[in-house]
Amino acid sequence: MNLASLLEIATATHPGMVRSHNEDSIAADADVGLAVLADGMGGYNAGEVASGIAVTLVSSEIKKALAGKRPEELNGRSLELLIGEQAARANTAIYEAAQREPQYSGMGTTLVVALWHDNHLIVGHIGDSRLYRLRADTLEQVTRDHSLLQEQIDSGMITREQARYSPNKNLVTRAVGIEPQVEAEVHSHAVQAGDIYLLCSDGLPDMVTDEEIELTLSSLKANLPLAAEQLVQQANDNGGRDNVSVILVRVRGEFPARAGWLRKIKSWF
Amino acid sequence: MAKLILSLEGSVIREVPLDKERVTIGRKPQNDIQIENLAVSGEHARVVTILKDSFLEDLGSTNGTLVNGNPVTKHILQNSDVIEIGKYKLKYVVDATSVQPGPQAPAEDMEKTMIVRGPVGARTAVPPPGAAAPAAAVPAAATPSAAALQILNGPGAGRELAITKNLTTLGKPGVQVAVITRRPQGYFIAHVEGKAFPIVNGKTLDAQAHPLNDHDVVELGGVKMEFFYKAK
Repeated sequence: MNLASLLEIATATHPGMVRSHNEDSIAADADVGLAVLADGMGGYNAGEVASGIAVTLVSSEIKKALAGKRPEELNGRSLELLIGEQAARANTAIYEAAQREPQYSGMGTTLVVALWHDNHLIVGHIGDSRLYRLRADTLEQVTRDHSLLQEQIDSGMITREQARYSPNKNLVTRAVGIEPQVEAEVHSHAVQAGDIYLLCSDGLPDMVTDEEIELTLSSLKANLPLAAEQLVQQANDNGGRDNVSVILVRVRGEFPARAGWLRKIKSWF
Repeated sequence: MAKLILSLEGSVIREVPLDKERVTIGRKPQNDIQIENLAVSGEHARVVTILKDSFLEDLGSTNGTLVNGNPVTKHILQNSDVIEIGKYKLKYVVDATSVQPGPQAPAEDMEKTMIVRGPVGARTAVPPPGAAAPAAAVPAAATPSAAALQILNGPGAGRELAITKNLTTLGKPGVQVAVITRRPQGYFIAHVEGKAFPIVNGKTLDAQAHPLNDHDVVELGGVKMEFFYKAK
């Protein structure tokens, strides 16, 4: 099934106010119902290389795997495995490139992959790039960062409020391409018509509070490209200390894999 | 490396380097910092140090722990914080060699995402190169002076709408909506939805955000509003 009529996508990416170049990479395809975002790290241009490999590889391989398949031929579990496999492949590709080329040594990237299928969203992530959901004007963080800070919060050592002021926001505990193997955290979530999903690099939540993100998305949801631009602008107005990338996806209607009898009858005409 | 300087009534008793992950404070002898005073609980508090950060935790002590005069249960220590336990004071001092770079230091290397290898708190946690990053809060953007809109015509004429948020939407959803954004450099208006675009001083806007100046007249769905700064 082609999801283009049911998903609306807007993207924006910016190097920020301090960095000379943008190490984030993004890709989105409404036909397939796929969005991929990666935030690279590593010296010189290695960060861009790592995030570029991850986004290109993951998005093209997932598209290839889904090409020509009817939605009812796929199931959620197999798609979860597909995302996990492709994240692992990207890991191997980046890790090997880093071993081979001295200038890429130590490069890595975060990754967040979102795939819409059968009224569900399957999301896989590694690192501190996030996926949020706005439903009924309420913002909720769907992914949980793989970061030192999140571990400190989980262990009760610091509160969320204190976390805002922590100096080590930028330390991730899981990344693509750093170790020979990595596992993506993959979950499936039920989707409702009207949901708006936000994929973003840490440059957004580090600079803009969740309350402000919620206000922006709920005020500007009628104009997704404006909302995307506005989020990037807010991050930059607040200092823009890091690259910032956002992908916004609006779910216009339901997309069940098996068409109901009504739709089947309609399709005869 | 950071350290704690223990003192009683102004005279220094000893210095304790925070050279291990957990440094405990209490009356019982097994504590790293033993304070023999009845106001101090057996196991009173501890300082957990991870990378360059130290966290103070009160361990449910009877008489509590103060930092800079305020009672705390958990606290991220900042350079020169003074911890008070009974009559004793412990000053938290970050050593000159690892002192945090000032705000003038380039933010370049600090916000970069970096990987910590292995299980955190064990094995080889890799600290970021080039010392600790400054405590970076989400900075509040500088806001321009307060502004408002006053409705000039129609049934609501004379009503004033204060602009108190970074985003203020105007109009009817589904019909015509515009947004006023508050930015460090001033206020801007942009079209959000609807066939008609907002009009400023008689000129119809395009898709671009348009800066608002004092006493500009905004027209939206036939309603005219004057934008003005409340305080100069």
